[in-house]
Amino acid sequence: MSSALWPYLSLVFVGFLPNEIWRVLGLVLARGLNEDSEIVVWSRAVATAILAGVIAQLILFPAGALAGIPLSVRVGAAVFGFLTFLAVKRSVFAGVLAGEVALLAGGFLFAH
Amino acid sequence: MSAPGTFNSTAAAFFGGVKSAWTSVFFLVLAGTYIGMGALAHDYGFSSWWLALSSILVWAAPAQVILISSLGLGATPIEAAIAVGLSAIRLFPMVVALLPLLRGPGTRLRDLLLPTHFTSVSMWVESLRLLPGLPRERRIAFCNGLSVGYQGTAVIFGFVGFHLAAGLPPLFAGALLFLTPMSFLISTARNARQMVDRLALALGLVIGPLLTFWHVGLDLMWTGVVGGSLAYGIHRLREATR
Repeated sequence: MSSALWPYLSLVFVGFLPNEIWRVLGLVLARGLNEDSEIVVWSRAVATAILAGVIAQLILFPAGALAGIPLSVRVGAAVFGFLTFLAVKRSVFAGVLAGEVALLAGGFLFAH
Repeated sequence: MSAPGTFNSTAAAFFGGVKSAWTSVFFLVLAGTYIGMGALAHDYGFSSWWLALSSILVWAAPAQVILISSLGLGATPIEAAIAVGLSAIRLFPMVVALLPLLRGPGTRLRDLLLPTHFTSVSMWVESLRLLPGLPRERRIAFCNGLSVGYQGTAVIFGFVGFHLAAGLPPLFAGALLFLTPMSFLISTARNARQMVDRLALALGLVIGPLLTFWHVGLDLMWTGVVGGSLAYGIHRLREATR
């Protein structure tokens, strides 16, 4: 197989299809279910936990340039951003901005 | 944040949707997330056009992050596909909750195909908020406009992040990569209104890294099944003892 084609094949078979199937299932099969049914609550909890796992991995075991910033700075910045989000009327923008500023400040102070 | 009015035509409803997308807070969240995604794709060796295509075809930031990071780190395609598929389960209840708002007496199945594909967190939250105030015959067009507005934002800022990551000092490139986990963490926390969702978020944050640290295979899948089921079990126990 051509190595130039491989990323696009995996995009379709590993990225698109496993993702899209849930949307299509929602369209075709689930006319009777509502947001409060138990299967929906459980699957939303599973989905949220997976997403949380991804978030933690990206912060704790990063690749590329983020790995050059110390672990304590990454975790501290995430905590600071989260606390800012809670403090500033649950504003996503304020939280992300605070986390980014903390990461840049911490990276500047400790990475040199 | 603009409230849509009544639109005289399908085209007006579509462009009203685009405008709603570009004036909502999710514009900023998506711009930030996809700048980070662009940087991630760059650092894991994917091309910017591959990223643009994945934003159009996959159109779910968590799935795209998993796809990029797992393939980039050398996971098997099966392992990556399972992790992507598990992360996408939440799309199923979202579609189920959205379609009754879009469906009218004369709606054909094929009219619902695009909104089904476009379903994602940002579009879903805004649709549920805005669609009830619109006449039923304009809702699909509005919803498609909203989605095209968001997808366009994602594609454009994906390119921006990709090219920024290529020429930036390491500290700033690191800050771009940090945008994805930071904005995911906070927008997931904001969407988690019920205790079961908050528990699932907290448990996933703890269990995920532990399983990775112990080199457990399919760690994301187990994070979801164990963390999600624990959160659900605790939620049921609390309901039962209340």
